[in-house]
Amino acid sequence: MRWMPPKRWRRDIATRAENIRQAFPDPAERGRSAMRRTRAAAAAVTASLLAAAATACGGGTADSGGGSNTAPKELTYWASNQGPDLAADQAVLTPELKKFEEQTGIKVKLEVVPWSDLLNRILAATASGQGPDVLNIGNTWSSSLQATGALLPWNAENFAAIGGRDRFVDSAIGSAGAAGQDPAAVPLYSMAYALYYNKKMFQEAGIAKPPATWDEMVATGRLLSKDGKWALGAEGGNLSENIHQAFVFAKQHGADFFDAAGKPAFDSPGAVDAVKQYVDLMAKDKIIAPGNAEYAQNQSLQDFATGKTAMVLWQSAASSFKSHGMKEGDWGVAPVPVPAGGAPGTGTHTNSMVAGINLAVFKNTDNIDGSLKFVKFMTSDEEQKILNKTYGSIPPVKAAQSDPAFATDDLTVLRTTLGTSAAPLPQVPHESQFETAVGTAVKELFADAAAGRPVTTESVKAKLTKAQQQMAS
Amino acid sequence: MSTGSRMFPKSARLRRSSLPYLLLLPALVLELLIHLVPMVMGILMSFRRLTQFFIRDWSRAPWTGRDNYELVLDVNRPVGEALLRSFLTTCLFTLLSVGLCWLLGTAAAVFMQESFRGRGLLRALFLVPYALPVYAAVITWAFMFQRDNGLVNHVLHDQLGLGGADHTFWLLGDNSFWALLTVSVWKGWPFAFLIVTAALQNIPGELYEAAALDGAGIWRQIHRITLPSVGAVNQVLVLVLFLWTFNDFNTPFVLFGKSAPEAADLVSLHIYQSSFVTWNFGTGSAMSVLLLLFLLLVTAGYLLVTTRGRRNEHV
Repeated sequence: MRWMPPKRWRRDIATRAENIRQAFPDPAERGRSAMRRTRAAAAAVTASLLAAAATACGGGTADSGGGSNTAPKELTYWASNQGPDLAADQAVLTPELKKFEEQTGIKVKLEVVPWSDLLNRILAATASGQGPDVLNIGNTWSSSLQATGALLPWNAENFAAIGGRDRFVDSAIGSAGAAGQDPAAVPLYSMAYALYYNKKMFQEAGIAKPPATWDEMVATGRLLSKDGKWALGAEGGNLSENIHQAFVFAKQHGADFFDAAGKPAFDSPGAVDAVKQYVDLMAKDKIIAPGNAEYAQNQSLQDFATGKTAMVLWQSAASSFKSHGMKEGDWGVAPVPVPAGGAPGTGTHTNSMVAGINLAVFKNTDNIDGSLKFVKFMTSDEEQKILNKTYGSIPPVKAAQSDPAFATDDLTVLRTTLGTSAAPLPQVPHESQFETAVGTAVKELFADAAAGRPVTTESVKAKLTKAQQQMAS
Repeated sequence: MSTGSRMFPKSARLRRSSLPYLLLLPALVLELLIHLVPMVMGILMSFRRLTQFFIRDWSRAPWTGRDNYELVLDVNRPVGEALLRSFLTTCLFTLLSVGLCWLLGTAAAVFMQESFRGRGLLRALFLVPYALPVYAAVITWAFMFQRDNGLVNHVLHDQLGLGGADHTFWLLGDNSFWALLTVSVWKGWPFAFLIVTAALQNIPGELYEAAALDGAGIWRQIHRITLPSVGAVNQVLVLVLFLWTFNDFNTPFVLFGKSAPEAADLVSLHIYQSSFVTWNFGTGSAMSVLLLLFLLLVTAGYLLVTTRGRRNEHV
């Protein structure tokens, strides 16, 4: 149907048209130019439509697989939050990126992504194909992200471009992807769990040395938990933190959350005992404050710094303690307790996960050569020393570890743990889902313990079975 | 040139008839791109097994027919059971929240209708929760609800001495439902207040004067004049509040994080968590499509019933 303007407009339009006609004496010429304008408008609309449609389908198109070099002068880098806050990371990394720009002429656009967003951002980038060139990933996600195919595999050729695979510590490479495949990332910062304790509180309670076994931990803990003070802190509402502890307890019970075929085995007797032992520190032994069940924003570190709790199990906590007002020497560091009958070691005497941050190259990068150069720069001996010193972590590059800065009491414990008694979290594609499912189960058990509901072998098993069923679907 | 002159009237007519459609085209295309295409994609995704192995190129994800729907609708299995429980929780929560928001909003609007000193200030104050950024407002509540150091427990237990000396967990267990409801009502009622206040401005003052002359008391005035006059506005207000509350993701997410306690596990957060627990975005999409269908049905039914009710009133 033809569109007709309402009657009252028509007179107005007619007058205006007359005015225009007088301004343009040749109607044919005017008609043609108007046609051209209309056609140009139609073409513009069509073009923008096509462009929009092409962008919308961007996620669906297959790519060449190895990145390209269409933007050789620029890189986008997503850094994870390693310092006390995002601004601190900006301040640490910006001068280093400047250095890289001076050396290579490549400008690096930095974005520090908070942990709460990082995995979602990476997934969105994977689905859309629009992402950074180089990015930090939590090393426990390596296999899950490897399975998406979004990250550049580190084959011999790529490793050669950054100085070779054997520059890195073995256990760190082991946490960069599934066994038997080319790693999906290279290690950047390594960390391990340690037992941090408040020296003054230990002194006041007459305790000579930090507990080395869990029995000692419970005995010591009972001495410390009184008068509104508690022995140990926990982050019961933090899913990843729950997983890290549950994993180590499981190792100590000779259990794994995934069987040899990579299938979930969350409710094996060993795993049930492990989770129960951890939650019992609050439920039965009563050496963790019930309020810790809802902690998820590192409140336990604050409690430690203000002298409300005497111990925490944490990775590289020194800089956080300082930002909460503690001074070097206020706290001591010891290895995380193990079951009675031996020093920390492998197998049932594992006492930490291999924690750390890996550096990955996004496969869709438009500057693959620049990305490799940047990874080489970040993993160079010199940068490794500078960055790991600042963040209080251990360099996964062997040559950088010899620096005296990594021989302090704190870091010696972490370094020894990494070298002798740390195990990587399961490197299976479903690792991230495991973190959410089992982490939630532990969170719910802590909630039960805090509310005074009994935590029994049966209730632990039921929660873990439920978590496993979620995975199976 | 002469042919051009002869052609002119025809092409001009063509131009005139196609121009409006051409001008409308960008709006139509954007509407399609922004609204319909994502919806259709979501529906398509719900019939696929879209796991982490395929998200990079999801056109390769295998088709699964009705599998995703069978999984989420089978209430005898954990996934379906959890979804059903979350759905019922959300229904109860929405009912209470919308009811309270509407009640508080209307009551406040009626009280604010009389002019008195400080009315403007009070009105502005009432709107503050609505004007605050959601994250800032809800995270403040999260701190207030903390067990050990939170303001709520401090006031209830330490100052008023209610419920003994043992502090209550508000963000864990069954109490989390009430915590969530409190924040939701606190955040939602100013909107109801604003809308009803605007609607009240349209009621002529003579009506009240006439009613007062005839001896109608304040309750009778509210019942006979105020409420019927804002009926049309209320119809839309309740619908909008219902849709917003039912779909609210920000409040539970900021309050509880990735995994909400069962008692406060609203369906939008549940879908998010389910998608990310399994990284199976097909199941998540199937749940979303079901939710969309439910909301469509409720909306259609609601509009049908309320519109017919009002039409009868006027006849």
